[in-house]
Amino acid sequence: MADPMKIRAQMKGDVAEIRILMSHAMETGQRKDAAGANVPAHFIQTITVDVGGKRVIDGQTGTSISRNPVFGFKMKGAKAGDKVVVNWVDNKGEKRTDEAAVA
Amino acid sequence: MALTLIPFAAPTGGAASFGTALQESDMTKKMILAIAMATPLMIALPAAADGDHRAKAIAVIKKDFQPRGQASLDRLAEDGLQAVCNRSGNKPPKYIADKMEADQMAGVKYPADGKLMGDWKEGEKIAQSGRGFTWTDNPGLPVGGNCYNCHQIAPKETSFGTIGPSLYQFGKLRGNTAEIQKYTYGKIWNAKAFNLCSEMPRFGHAGALNEKQVKDLVALLLDPESPVNK
Amino acid sequence: MKQNFIGALCALAVMGGAFAQTPKKPAAKPAAKAAAAPAAEATDAATLEFEKFRAEMEDSNPAELFEMKGQEQWKTKRGPKNVSLAESCDLGQGVGKVDGAYVKMPRYFADADAVMDAERRIVWCMVEKQGFKFDDIAKKPFQVENDSSAPDITNLVTYVATHSRNTKIDVPLNDPKVREAYEVGKEIAAYRAGPYDFSCNTCHGADGKRIRMQNLPNLSTPQGAIKGVQGWPGYRMTGGVMLTHQWRMGDCFRQQRFPQPKYASDAVTYLLTYMIGTANGQVYKGPGIKR
Repeated sequence: MADPMKIRAQMKGDVAEIRILMSHAMETGQRKDAAGANVPAHFIQTITVDVGGKRVIDGQTGTSISRNPVFGFKMKGAKAGDKVVVNWVDNKGEKRTDEAAVA
Repeated sequence: MALTLIPFAAPTGGAASFGTALQESDMTKKMILAIAMATPLMIALPAAADGDHRAKAIAVIKKDFQPRGQASLDRLAEDGLQAVCNRSGNKPPKYIADKMEADQMAGVKYPADGKLMGDWKEGEKIAQSGRGFTWTDNPGLPVGGNCYNCHQIAPKETSFGTIGPSLYQFGKLRGNTAEIQKYTYGKIWNAKAFNLCSEMPRFGHAGALNEKQVKDLVALLLDPESPVNK
Repeated sequence: MKQNFIGALCALAVMGGAFAQTPKKPAAKPAAKAAAAPAAEATDAATLEFEKFRAEMEDSNPAELFEMKGQEQWKTKRGPKNVSLAESCDLGQGVGKVDGAYVKMPRYFADADAVMDAERRIVWCMVEKQGFKFDDIAKKPFQVENDSSAPDITNLVTYVATHSRNTKIDVPLNDPKVREAYEVGKEIAAYRAGPYDFSCNTCHGADGKRIRMQNLPNLSTPQGAIKGVQGWPGYRMTGGVMLTHQWRMGDCFRQQRFPQPKYASDAVTYLLTYMIGTANGQVYKGPGIKR
């Protein structure tokens, strides 16, 4: 399995603030290495986020996203204790799932 | 009482070697004694460089660096000017500064054809480039002037440093006479000829910039058509 | 004796004026104030926006990814001796103790008979306690852009540094050996050499200076020094790499046109002692994030 994510989820009033830090090279395929050859594309393609058992984000991402990306969003309808489950799959088929509880 | 002022450092061309710490401190002692006796009016004396710690620092530097790329170990040896500036905290006594500035000036190579201004458009490119002399630089490529790292120059370039004074309107403020051209050329070639411990590198003296490049920079600063002077 | 002699002379000396920067020769006196006085600190719109972005990013600094790895490596039995750093490495606060350790280094370690900065001490533990070879670590101590991960030592430094976040810098300058390292480091920082006559102080010796648009902290004051210190270790968004204070020292020398300081050597430790010691009393907010 790939490197773990760091998930922070906190209630601020009735809004849950969720921040996900992912460890990924996010290579666009355009960059050249020291020898001048293209570094092959290697990037996250799909991200899903479930909160309290419900799918809240189902996204497709592309090469415009930088290395070790941070995703942050706010949502209503969550409460402290809800489980946040984040899953990503990249273009090579590698994947990673992590979870945290809303504080 | 007859006193001989003992020369403080090797002539500018020579490279001082390490391990002369004891010798230096003896000479420093004599020099300071000489100043104290010969000048009733005390001038600002070099309190900055503590002899023992400086000697240790030189020893540590000598043992703890390794060559890489074009950055060879001989770069760590102080030349006469660096030694004077380092030992005096960049505030050398005036009589030493005067003499050594004259030495530096004597080494400035002015163009044989007597033309000191080149092409300001080329000058701007040279001023923009920070390339050269590091261990990651290709020694075969031209060295840049690094100018915007420290100076404001042409008004359109807002990404400029403030380590040195603004050069905006340099020519507009000073005019464009032969004397100003000579000063400008000389300053870029060897800033230390004018101010011994200036922070500005000695671009010509160090072999960083060649005659044509310096002429182009002079034009950037002095040509009335240059954006610097508009 | 020599020190007292100079001291006595200085006590009598009339302070000469600051060395004149203006040229001596030309007849035309340039205006003392240039036509446009440039703002000292880079405070234009772009910089302010970036500072906002940086403040947001600090809340989810990718440095945390390296800290997580470092934590795992700290606690795991590793190396030929199959020992964990948690059970064997004393960073100055007791074996295995990491809280507040980073800001109390460099310090003198009797078992090594040397003043050591954080990275150097952790390397020492990896070598002496875990049995790793110094040369293997020193061969590639820093992450470069093409690396998908950072070296172990970088992860460990990030982990240890995180456990000093929001703590005051407290380098033990009362220890004579540390004080000595500090004073020698101060001289190294003042040492001009190389083809451009640069020293550390050329860029870092005064307030309000910048190189291009990069503000330069004045490392000779506590307020300036902490700005330099708390950026390290730091995540650099350009290239997505985690870098340490040892790395930065080396890269400064590269830009000074010097040759390269040896990894974890006295030259670097003494400089770090000067720089971090000058920041004593200031609050460390690292690990940092950079553009």
